[in-house]
Amino acid sequence: MIRPHDSIIVQTLGRFLIPVVQIFGLYVLFFGQYGPGGGFVGGVILGTSMILSVLIFGHDASRSQVAKKVLHGDGVGMLVYAGVGGLCMIGGGEFLNYANLEIPGLEAASRRSLGIVLTQIGVALDVAVTAVSIVFSLSTEEIIEESING
Amino acid sequence: MTFSYEILLLLLLLVTAAGAIMVKDLLSSVLLLGSYSFFLALVWAWLGAVDVAFVEAVVGAGLATVLFLLTLFGTDPKDTRLRRPPPSLAKLIVFPLLGVLLLYAASDLPGFGDPNSPASIHISPTYLEQSYQDTLTPNVVTSVLMDYRSLDTMVETVVIFSAGIACALLLRRDT
Repeated sequence: MIRPHDSIIVQTLGRFLIPVVQIFGLYVLFFGQYGPGGGFVGGVILGTSMILSVLIFGHDASRSQVAKKVLHGDGVGMLVYAGVGGLCMIGGGEFLNYANLEIPGLEAASRRSLGIVLTQIGVALDVAVTAVSIVFSLSTEEIIEESING
Repeated sequence: MTFSYEILLLLLLLVTAAGAIMVKDLLSSVLLLGSYSFFLALVWAWLGAVDVAFVEAVVGAGLATVLFLLTLFGTDPKDTRLRRPPPSLAKLIVFPLLGVLLLYAASDLPGFGDPNSPASIHISPTYLEQSYQDTLTPNVVTSVLMDYRSLDTMVETVVIFSAGIACALLLRRDT
């Protein structure tokens, strides 16, 4: 278990930086079609912001509740990604052939663009959850307690 | 010297990589590895691979350093100093020979940005010409990753997912 950091400088900077990092992560995630970035990087940045909040405010702070809730989302990203592929199959095409997403009023190219956005959200969710989950696994109570006592 | 900036960057890369291996303390090694990733990201950006540079900066210099540090703090503090035996004679002979062999093989590689290299004439022109009409996505890297090669990306996501599950199964006790 990680305890909150003592320094007021670290706490204040964390309070200020974490929302900025999260907004930047969302920007990178949705800007991935127009510039560098994409689901993987966006997901890592979002996960890193939650890790930062856990490292600064500790496991039990109210700011870290989001990170704790995220832990229950193992596999949701995979479900989104594979679900888009399944929707393409329902639409009558191959697995992950976004042109077969059944959305009226959209041309094939726009459907592909939409499919890319949806799968990127899936990748980002998966990566963010995995990053937070590994950090929580590495900082379980017993391991850290042992290092303090021994 | 027109390339002094790039040469400085490559020198820093070599120095940080060698430092991460040679330094005696594990904590310094981890931090040097983080700065190595940062310089590597700058090199990717210089070569024009901005997406790779982004991933290298975020994962290599950010996330991996945090994971290494958490692992170090979770282990016994006495363990962080390294003791290495001196390299044996066989290593001292074989590895320079391997380096010479690799340098010799590298002289046959196509030049950087060569339009006639095998990688640029096979399928890349098709992607570059048609990806915007096909997917309305200006970033060709994203359209290749997420549309043309979408199944590969999905299985990569499965790999990340199983890595997280494996860490939770091995390390987490009861939370």
